[in-house]
Amino acid sequence: MAEARLPAGELSVPLPTPLELDIILLSLKVALWSVVVSLPVALAISHLLARHDFPGKSLVDACVHLPLVLPPVVVGYFLLVLLGRSGPVGAWLEQWFGIVVAFNWRGAAIACAVMGFPLMVRAMRISMEAIDPKLEAAAATLGAGRAGTFLVVTLPLALPGIVTGVLLSFARSLGEFGATITFVSNIPGETQTLPLAIYALTQVPGGDDAALRLCVISIVLSFAALLVSEALVRRASRRALGHDALGRR
Amino acid sequence: MTLSVAVEHDLGGFHLEAQFACEGGVTALFGRSGAGKTTLVNAIAGLLRPRGGHIELDGETLFDAARSVHVAASKRRFGYVFQEGRLFPHLTVRQNLTFSRIFHRGQTAPGGFDHVVELLGLRDLLHRRPGALSGGERQRVALGRALLSGPRALLLDEPLASLDALRKDEVLRYIELMRDEIRIPVIYVSHAVEEVVRLADTVVLMSAGKVVAAGGVEDVMGRPDLRAATGAFEGGAVIDARVIAHDMQYELATLGFDGGTLTVTNLDALVGEHVRARVRARDVSIALEAPRRISIQNVLPGRITAVGDARDGIVDVSIAVGSALLRSRITARAAQLLALRPGLDVYALIKAVSLDRLGGR
Repeated sequence: MAEARLPAGELSVPLPTPLELDIILLSLKVALWSVVVSLPVALAISHLLARHDFPGKSLVDACVHLPLVLPPVVVGYFLLVLLGRSGPVGAWLEQWFGIVVAFNWRGAAIACAVMGFPLMVRAMRISMEAIDPKLEAAAATLGAGRAGTFLVVTLPLALPGIVTGVLLSFARSLGEFGATITFVSNIPGETQTLPLAIYALTQVPGGDDAALRLCVISIVLSFAALLVSEALVRRASRRALGHDALGRR
Repeated sequence: MTLSVAVEHDLGGFHLEAQFACEGGVTALFGRSGAGKTTLVNAIAGLLRPRGGHIELDGETLFDAARSVHVAASKRRFGYVFQEGRLFPHLTVRQNLTFSRIFHRGQTAPGGFDHVVELLGLRDLLHRRPGALSGGERQRVALGRALLSGPRALLLDEPLASLDALRKDEVLRYIELMRDEIRIPVIYVSHAVEEVVRLADTVVLMSAGKVVAAGGVEDVMGRPDLRAATGAFEGGAVIDARVIAHDMQYELATLGFDGGTLTVTNLDALVGEHVRARVRARDVSIALEAPRRISIQNVLPGRITAVGDARDGIVDVSIAVGSALLRSRITARAAQLLALRPGLDVYALIKAVSLDRLGGR
């Protein structure tokens, strides 16, 4: 980058300080893990909603969409009640697996995963519904069982939607605030992701400049995520639709 | 192979209740659109679970409603070629062809990958994706894909329906080639008489969800009482014959059958080859004396065996020519003027150019 060669004192937007770098890395770690955790569940739920009819389907659908319409604080509070060290699920996790998610980065990832879940499922479900079920029937006559058909036909054909869902939820995780701060609080170095750090800085006198720097970093990150997603989706749909690399059919 | 099918199913007000059994060779499931052919084939393939009945292949029960047996489609080992091909758009032709290998099938494809690719002329298409194929090429790939899955039998559901006449003929030739080269039992669903006559050994005639008749192609397609199901203008006779001579000068061929000879045009079969001629009833005229100085090339002496009742001013007359039975569709007035009656010796007149392109066996 051209700016990097300028003398340090003249930089209008200098490179991130070590502290800022920590915040960025933590935010990326939380967002990445939130996607990793929710991806398999989202794939299963999307397939269930797209390809199966069962009693209570609309209820499942509503539950999936709940985080989209509830105040994030409510989601965070529920997570706290359920997954806190004394909560029913939290106590069970600690007793059997020794995993604690309250007030650490794992909890932040879970909060982000829950908040991004509806976006992920929506994108995946739509792309799975768009696949002709006749292709899956054809796969069955060629010896593919349910799992085989899902892996070899459904999944690759739904790839554009899966990539979109992953990136939407990733971007949502980078920006998650309400549920995270309610569930795992705002602990620097542990749960303080970018939005939380910005919020903390705006709460102390003289923190405006530092907050603004983080805002710029946030914008750059989001922009990069969008560009990458655009490129990936284009590549994925080219594969799924059967165009080759030169765009020929 | 012995496949026995007895299926009962309801599909949105449509009732299917069909039974038939077939051995090897090509069995045509023939009938109008909406007769329930595809539903029946889907039940055989396992893509649809019928309400009642049983399906058995070589002693293995694939479906039995009474015992709640329903073998999954993926375990039945039928090669299914769909009307619309249904190639996987995200895979190349080669990957489509070898699709079933992922699931540990396809070891039994006769001659293996290369043989099937050569037979169906797919060599140049292997690297392409289905989006870049013509309709005919797509169906050939679908055929290859089904063959390479090592099936116990092929189910072809109107594989030519979405193609134009030229492509139809192209794919039909490949299907014939496959039938003769790879001796695999085939169930061929169609509503087109030409395809059935050209390809099939036996016919299962379906109408409104029921099997109306089953038997050899010559028997079923020639029966006047099945006119409603085989199509009013498609009635006629199918004659088994052998090529005895070619006339290069006039581009004609002579076919011999038990009852005489037939002169036909444009036949790409070799001398000695077994072919099947379809003679439509409306193309057969009747004369009481042998006509002379006439353009009609086929004048066959025969004897009337039956004169049907007049319907809409039309009468169907059956004429025995040797052991073959021809049908003639004439006006009721002509039948009356000539005083046609069973036992009368007549001449059946057939224009050479009216004979359909014939199916080789």
